[in-house]
Amino acid sequence: MCRFSTPTACGRRSSRTRTNEARVAAGVGVSEVALVTSGFSRGKDGAVVTVFEPAEVSLLRSLVSMMLGIVSPGQTSEDPLERALGIGDSAVPSDPVLARLFPSAYQDEKEAAEFRRYTEATLRDGKRADARTVHETARAGRAELTPEEAQAWLRALNDLRLTLGTKLDVTEEVHDEVAVMSEDDPRYPAYVTYDWLTYLQDSLVRALW
Amino acid sequence: MGSTAPITVERPSSDVRPDLPWVTIVWNDPVNLMSYVTYVFQTVFGYPKEKAEKLMLDVHHKGKAVVSSGTREEMERDVQILHSYGLWATVQPDSNK
Repeated sequence: MCRFSTPTACGRRSSRTRTNEARVAAGVGVSEVALVTSGFSRGKDGAVVTVFEPAEVSLLRSLVSMMLGIVSPGQTSEDPLERALGIGDSAVPSDPVLARLFPSAYQDEKEAAEFRRYTEATLRDGKRADARTVHETARAGRAELTPEEAQAWLRALNDLRLTLGTKLDVTEEVHDEVAVMSEDDPRYPAYVTYDWLTYLQDSLVRALW
Repeated sequence: MGSTAPITVERPSSDVRPDLPWVTIVWNDPVNLMSYVTYVFQTVFGYPKEKAEKLMLDVHHKGKAVVSSGTREEMERDVQILHSYGLWATVQPDSNK
């Protein structure tokens, strides 16, 4: 597991630096210096307040759109009854990202396949719904999320981190690695984006606690 | 938090019941955040923060931890919810039986 809020993980770069670097990485540019740190804070009655700059909203929307491209709809069976019942594929996805997003529930292969057949379609639809919620509710400036929307954001940010983390094959020391990584390193843009997502997710957990 | 929990767990959720034959195991991975995993244990199982933190640290240090026990159906439901939160969870018969 990854510890985020430690001096070693966070000491080298502030959240603002991290945000700006993620924007540069995404090619969206750093136009102005904002007065408020982006992220999440606790609102009234379980709501969560979000503060984002326009470039961050663009980046988040493009990332969750990518997610919708990666996670296809769950109910793919040609049998209408199976579709209606949410019965889908029983094979472990060959793509490592999908295999991580949809892990086997049993160590025994046969039992894992049976469980997957009845659950993966629902999980896929849930992840797609969470991604769409982020796309629809990401707003520049100050905005509020309902408790349900905040949960969708939490899961969607984690799905994005699992996706990038699997592609980058990150270790638990990823934040220390980013802190000393040269900006000329070809891996730098992706790692900084991952680090920014980590910062956002941790910020959201703390707003919900 | 409390009111932010999207899932209602009907069975008693205050502790892992050792007398039941199936368990849900969460495995360590390099991506999931310690704060996030603790929060998910609190939200999904209704565990107090201290217990959720202890389980999270067990996963972190020992590579895995039993996070709930019950009937097979209950454990399959737990695993499905944990998978929706991106945790790496599996079901198995309780090997201590």
